[in-house]
Amino acid sequence: MDKNTFFEKYNARTHVYGRVGLIIGLILMMGFPFAMGMVLHAMPDMKAFWKGFLQVAVVYIPSCAVEFLIYTPMMGSGGSYLAFITGNLINMKIPCMMNAKEITKAEAGTPESEIVATLSIAASAMTTTAVIAVGVLLLIPLQPVLSNPILAPAFDNVVPALFGALAYQYFRKGIKIVAIPLVVMCAMFVAVPSLIGSVGFMIIPSGAMAIGIGYVLWKRERKKENE
Amino acid sequence: MNVLQQINSWPIYLICGLIILFVLIMSAFFMIRAWRAGLAIGIDGAKLRRAVVSSISFTLIPSISILLGVIALSGSLGVPLPWVRLSVIGALHYETSVADIAARAIGLSGLNGAEMTLSAFTTIALVMSAGIIWGMVLTVFFNKRYTNRLSSPKKKSEGGKGFGDVAMVAMFIGLVAAYVGSYVGTFTSTGNFVPLVVLVVSALSMALFTYLSEKKNITWLENFSVAASMLIGMAASIAVGAII
Repeated sequence: MDKNTFFEKYNARTHVYGRVGLIIGLILMMGFPFAMGMVLHAMPDMKAFWKGFLQVAVVYIPSCAVEFLIYTPMMGSGGSYLAFITGNLINMKIPCMMNAKEITKAEAGTPESEIVATLSIAASAMTTTAVIAVGVLLLIPLQPVLSNPILAPAFDNVVPALFGALAYQYFRKGIKIVAIPLVVMCAMFVAVPSLIGSVGFMIIPSGAMAIGIGYVLWKRERKKENE
Repeated sequence: MNVLQQINSWPIYLICGLIILFVLIMSAFFMIRAWRAGLAIGIDGAKLRRAVVSSISFTLIPSISILLGVIALSGSLGVPLPWVRLSVIGALHYETSVADIAARAIGLSGLNGAEMTLSAFTTIALVMSAGIIWGMVLTVFFNKRYTNRLSSPKKKSEGGKGFGDVAMVAMFIGLVAAYVGSYVGTFTSTGNFVPLVVLVVSALSMALFTYLSEKKNITWLENFSVAASMLIGMAASIAVGAII
């Protein structure tokens, strides 16, 4: 069998194994909250689930779609099947794979690039899993320390801590987009404090505003480039 | 047993551990296949080894930052759930904000350990899973067609930033703006300034890490910047509590 035929067959099998793996992964992902519910005798509250899911879906389904469209071509088929189940794409898998391609001088679009991307993403995923697993084992004896009441305020403020870091990161990336949604949101929450409990829903108008402004600025930039 | 002890019990570890084991097996399987195929099509074994070794060393340090994320979430969601969520598909910024949205949908005041119930915990886990699986779903249905289309000859890219990139940044700006607004509203309506202080300290830490990694070329810091800024912001809440 010549190399090209072999590689075509390899690729065709990759799609079969990748799909089977991801379907099993999807079943596990959607099933494990119910399995935990059975063990804890506390099934998920479906009414609250739908309420929460709708708020999450508005932001994250488009974001997942954009990630799929942008990153799949970079990772090839084998790499993307693995990367979409192991996650941490932007902060880890993509730079790791680009680095491996650079080191091995694998040219984009070649069988070599496909193989290197798959090896790199698999090695990266296995390393992360191993590091976190060892860390979690070490965390178990630390649990009485972590549940100490002195530390409670810290754990209750995980979300503002995250948004502080993200605010700097994203506001810097889109400085022209920030001002209007930020001022409008602050004004609305100050004027109507009862909205604070529905911050998940407020993401919708805020996100729409930011995307709208982003579109106008992008159009203007394109126009300038074409002139 | 209190809620935190129950969500940290060994059956929960076992359920989460099985999912992680599956992902590990799938990664190993893909790696062995790619390695064999590489040798079969004539790629030098040393080159394949270099791809694997460089990827392991590249990933080691950023993996510790993901572990810090597990620690950050462990106070409200226990250890096993953040462990599985950050090992399978997850990312720290996604998991934290989605868990908070889900907690509010259930009726809690936000993501905090004191108000957590077992039913809230399993509901949060379900929302976190259902919200993040769409990249997988799209890959199952469209990966083959999409990658086949891409491998056919194509026009040279037009250059310039696509609207997809702009939209993604804008969407996150909208998300962050809503949360920042809610902390300002919390302060003006209840006088509780702790979340706002945590937000500012965390943003300043992030600015410092960015300065050090970009201007002082301490590039390894980049991998830790979000998780470390979060931990510094969280520590600020303990300091504020001790002062007032």
